[in-house]
Amino acid sequence: MTLAIDVHGLNKSFGDKHVVQDVSIQVEHGRICGFLGPNGSGKTTTLRMLCGLLTPDSGAGTCLDLDIIGQANAIKRQTGYMTQKFSLYEDLTLEENLMFSARVHELDHRKDRVIHALKRLGLVERRGQLAGTLSGGWKQRLAHATATLHEPKLLLLDEPTAGVDPKARRTFWDEIHALSAEGLTVLVSTHYMDEAERCHEIAYIAYGRLIARGTADQVVARSNLVTFNGEGPGIDRLSGELAARPGVEMAAPFGAALHVSGSDRAALEAAIAPYRREPFRWTEVDPTLEDVFIQLMEGAEDNFR
Amino acid sequence: MNGFSATRVWAVLIKEFKQLTRDRLTYAMILALPVIQLLLFGYAINSEPRHLPTAVLVQEDSVFARSILTSLKNSAYFDLVAQAHTPTELDAMIRRGDVQFAITIPGDFTRRVARGDKAQILVEADATDPSATGSAVAALSALPSQALAADLKGALAAKGRSQPAFEVVVHRRYNPEAVTAYNIVPGLLGVILSMTLVMMTSLSVTRETERGTMESLLATPVEPIEVMIGKLAPYVLVGVAQAVIILAIAKLLFHVPMMGGWIGLTLGVTLFIVGSLALGFLISTAARSQLQAMQMSFFYIMPSLLLSGFMFPFRGMPAWAQAIGQMIPVTHFLRVVRGALLKGQSLSDMWRELLALLAFVCVVTALAMARYRRTLD
Repeated sequence: MTLAIDVHGLNKSFGDKHVVQDVSIQVEHGRICGFLGPNGSGKTTTLRMLCGLLTPDSGAGTCLDLDIIGQANAIKRQTGYMTQKFSLYEDLTLEENLMFSARVHELDHRKDRVIHALKRLGLVERRGQLAGTLSGGWKQRLAHATATLHEPKLLLLDEPTAGVDPKARRTFWDEIHALSAEGLTVLVSTHYMDEAERCHEIAYIAYGRLIARGTADQVVARSNLVTFNGEGPGIDRLSGELAARPGVEMAAPFGAALHVSGSDRAALEAAIAPYRREPFRWTEVDPTLEDVFIQLMEGAEDNFR
Repeated sequence: MNGFSATRVWAVLIKEFKQLTRDRLTYAMILALPVIQLLLFGYAINSEPRHLPTAVLVQEDSVFARSILTSLKNSAYFDLVAQAHTPTELDAMIRRGDVQFAITIPGDFTRRVARGDKAQILVEADATDPSATGSAVAALSALPSQALAADLKGALAAKGRSQPAFEVVVHRRYNPEAVTAYNIVPGLLGVILSMTLVMMTSLSVTRETERGTMESLLATPVEPIEVMIGKLAPYVLVGVAQAVIILAIAKLLFHVPMMGGWIGLTLGVTLFIVGSLALGFLISTAARSQLQAMQMSFFYIMPSLLLSGFMFPFRGMPAWAQAIGQMIPVTHFLRVVRGALLKGQSLSDMWRELLALLAFVCVVTALAMARYRRTLD
């Protein structure tokens, strides 16, 4: 398998803020890689470095076998980039926005491609509408259609589904998987755990450092996290009390239940021992991706400070 | 009813003041620009120009002729910068705008003075800008009674006292009736074009940055020069339309003479439109917000009005201000427009001004390309 993205040791600072530190990412052709991490962890900066919008301070690598520094323009031709904030022309119509993209990429059969894209969006009737008047979900779909109009080989998506309803998100991911099946490589940043689980693999970045990589199962398995699920009336009220006990790294209510996690099994068992009484029932469960990420995030924060 | 709350006023006031201090560059400009402009224009502008370049054609080498020239020099209005040998040469100098005045002392001058036979000298003034020549022409009235006072001895002295020894004939060329509109209306072409065009394009890139569309644009393969040409081209049409409308109004309502020079005028208008648009584009690559872009445009437009020769005579300014004026494209464009319309200048008369405009286009385009950021860094 060849790598669509292969970058090593990327660094980027803005002023005295070291936003991205020694990040290395490898993504195979045709794979969907989820890019996760807390707000301000450097996801957007990394994506921008991959598509030539920012120049890394140090580090090197290739996207689609093209050098990310020297051949940024060639990468742009074959890459679709969807920005976090809607960045199409609000004072142009849907059709005009797509047409602009088609012309900038020097596509052939522009009219047909644009009409086809509008049909797929289900927006043919509204093609004369100004993009600025669309609702958030439709703007996202238009941005997605624009980013894929020139049939890129690599798709970089920066929180594409923020503020989008569940049905539209489902449709969006179905499309991503369909494109990936045709050989498109996707790097997508997200905060949604269900979306992370839909990716072939995930990369977790926190405070500028890449701290976990692999499939969702691998990341969970490697975390060595032990999680107990507590049930019983009023147990969710105990989260603060439990979180303060030694050995408990995290206690979070899930509806009426409570997830208590820690990486040291013995210490964790000792911590919940006083609560192993009626009316509470405790069972060991597999940690969720979210449990793992919150643990990773807190660990990374400690390293960082 | 909510009533009036001083606390709420205070809340808005504090918020506004904090936001003001966040955008330091913009407000530093608001404070610094007036000071710069005050000093610049305060020292530069002089509506009564002296030391105007003057060419002379002396057709007789005589004591009287030399005395007249000395007297002209002493008036401080005339700087004798060139000596013509033929009337054609003298005419070319004033047509090209090398000199403001052309003075001819005819071959029979001494003889006529001696005989008391209507001795004359001819002063031709380039009156395209009436205010540039007004004071100097007024100063000429004292010349006949004073210039030869020391030279007229004996019998001639008596003649000199009873009536002036000679007469000064003044020709106000290119604008004999000293109609201000003939000078101002062609000048307005340059001013209006730069105001609208520089400002329009100065917002073009900053608008993309402010709206966030720059990120998408930069992610496409489009090259800087492609962005620049694509963004400027529609405004070239706007500029040409403006120029045609202004010239039509100049002709129909103000009856500005149009002596010819159409090729030069067309070239000049085109270069000036492109140069102004390119300058706007350069501003928009440097400004970080639309407000800053507007301020920078105004900073350009002020000297374009005041130091270009549009409002005040160019030759009235001190040398350093003229040097600044030479850097402003409006200065050269005004000379092209006035030269073409009022003087009927041909290409050979105005090629230097056209070259200056071309140089401006090239330099500004190169700077804009160097400044245009291909990344968000």
